[in-house]
Amino acid sequence: MTTTTTWTAANSRRLARRERRRRLGPLGVLTHVALLVWTVLVVVPILWTFLASVKSEDEIFGDAWSLPATPHWDNFARAWEQAHIGQYMLNSAIVVAFGTFGTMLVGSMAAYVLARYPFRGNRAIYLLFVSGLAFPVYLALTPLFFVVQNMGNVPLVGPFIGLNTHAGLVLVYIAYSLPFTVFFLSAFFRTLPTAVGEAAMVDGASHTRVFFQIMLPMARPGIVSITIFNVLGQWNQYQLPLVLLQERDKWVLTQGIADISTAAGYDQDWSALFAALTLAILPMLVVYTVFQRQIQSGLTSGALK
Amino acid sequence: MTAFHRYRRGLFITAFLAAPVTLYLVYVISPYLQAFYIAMTDWRGVTATPSFVGLDNFGRLLGDGVFWKAVTHNAALLVLLPLVTIVIALFFAFLLNVGGGQGGQGVTGVRGSKVYRVVFFFPQVLAVAVVAVLFQQVFRPDGSGMLNGPLMALGLGPVGFLSDPGVAFWSVLGVMVWQAVGFYVVLFSAGLASIPREMFEAAQIDGAGRVSLFFRVTLPLLWDTVQVAWVYLGILALDVFAIVWVMTDQHGGPDWSTTVMAAEIYRNAFQYFRFGYASALGVVMFFFTVGFAILSLRFSRRERIEY
Repeated sequence: MTTTTTWTAANSRRLARRERRRRLGPLGVLTHVALLVWTVLVVVPILWTFLASVKSEDEIFGDAWSLPATPHWDNFARAWEQAHIGQYMLNSAIVVAFGTFGTMLVGSMAAYVLARYPFRGNRAIYLLFVSGLAFPVYLALTPLFFVVQNMGNVPLVGPFIGLNTHAGLVLVYIAYSLPFTVFFLSAFFRTLPTAVGEAAMVDGASHTRVFFQIMLPMARPGIVSITIFNVLGQWNQYQLPLVLLQERDKWVLTQGIADISTAAGYDQDWSALFAALTLAILPMLVVYTVFQRQIQSGLTSGALK
Repeated sequence: MTAFHRYRRGLFITAFLAAPVTLYLVYVISPYLQAFYIAMTDWRGVTATPSFVGLDNFGRLLGDGVFWKAVTHNAALLVLLPLVTIVIALFFAFLLNVGGGQGGQGVTGVRGSKVYRVVFFFPQVLAVAVVAVLFQQVFRPDGSGMLNGPLMALGLGPVGFLSDPGVAFWSVLGVMVWQAVGFYVVLFSAGLASIPREMFEAAQIDGAGRVSLFFRVTLPLLWDTVQVAWVYLGILALDVFAIVWVMTDQHGGPDWSTTVMAAEIYRNAFQYFRFGYASALGVVMFFFTVGFAILSLRFSRRERIEY
């Protein structure tokens, strides 16, 4: 009995496959070939890097497609310690954590007020923020460098927010993330119903309380999207830290990775470079695999607004 | 509303706007405004005192061959990056959403379309600086390079992907397309998902094949999304920096064959310390970007298709 069932199951599966192939036709096969070609183009360079990260120096300079004789896991130790990838990753994590938190806090506050409270100058402030979307950051680079340098001379807090400080970079990240955050979130706040907030006001809740306890939780989907957008954007930022963090021990991950390759010389540690690249890619791969739905919608929802 | 309530409301608005507006004015608006003034000075070096020179810097940049080379590279990217990326992404989005089985079950995507979408999108989450270093290794000029290894084995190489001035620009374009395609596949897929299935099915009943399904139905209905993609990719092409600065030989070489506006601004400001001149280049870049924004707004007015 059981054998007959499995036999019929296998048989019908085979029939279904044949039927599908018949319906697919030559064009359908080409479709799959095209999709597979792009998959290979995306996956192979990354896998090749992972493979090279456990090769010895000689193997890296040998045939590109040879397998390592023995995996050299010590490459990772050298990348982590001597190339300071561990330190840079920690720096990136600190800057992005505070940067994104700050962006979301002040960005959602500004967006909420601009979306829900009509007052003289509201429109002007909104346009001021949104206009920042159109400016190329390169125009501001030189003056920004001196603005941050001057911040270092402010009494009391100066030493914490000048050049080569993480707090200074965090403030710059927040400021440059505001245009898109305010633009996106104020559009979102405008779509939310007003009744709940008004009822709470009648019951004596303050404006601040209505915002934090009613409006923010209601805006959760928008907040999640834009948080993902800002985390990725700030984690991947290279231009601003390149200008504002010039002391090595303050560097973020993108600077560290870029430096190992540009500071090339004959004493270059190539196997550590591949290990460092792998260390930079793997966490993104893990995070992406877990949150791919939210990440895809978070990054594309901005474009469709 | 009582005076007290109005006072509380005003206080709330002020308190909530104070931090974001201050940060934005200090770190974004003031640098942009200063840049226009610095562009008209001869400021060189960190300690020097700048003096006003009017439009001298702009006169000088007209004769700056390297900068104009950079401008032509941005212009070439402005045309090629959106064109190539959108064509590839539209093709894949169509296959993944509409191009599947056409038998009795109506219109579907191909099998495994979710997996393809997830894989295609991944490069988008990597930092451009990381992608740049990765491809620097992929493009190695000898048998140890991922591409030159097999090419040489076939007797076709080595190709100087980054060392041949005639090839390097195309390598930059290729890497940018590699990273961008997945994002637009997902964007177009979202656009396609919002089009009612019956549209495609009606077309199929009328005898439309895949090709006419694409050109007569999909493309017209997606046109709005394609325009959004065009603007995004155009801005990406004008703003490109990290991929050129990190991946190419001598930050925009060999022989200036890959340099772009942003790289020249950074080089002049933070390697040559010509702050005045770099700001003048920045002003030119600003007008190119604003010009592009105005042009794309002007041309993207088109009647929406209602469904």
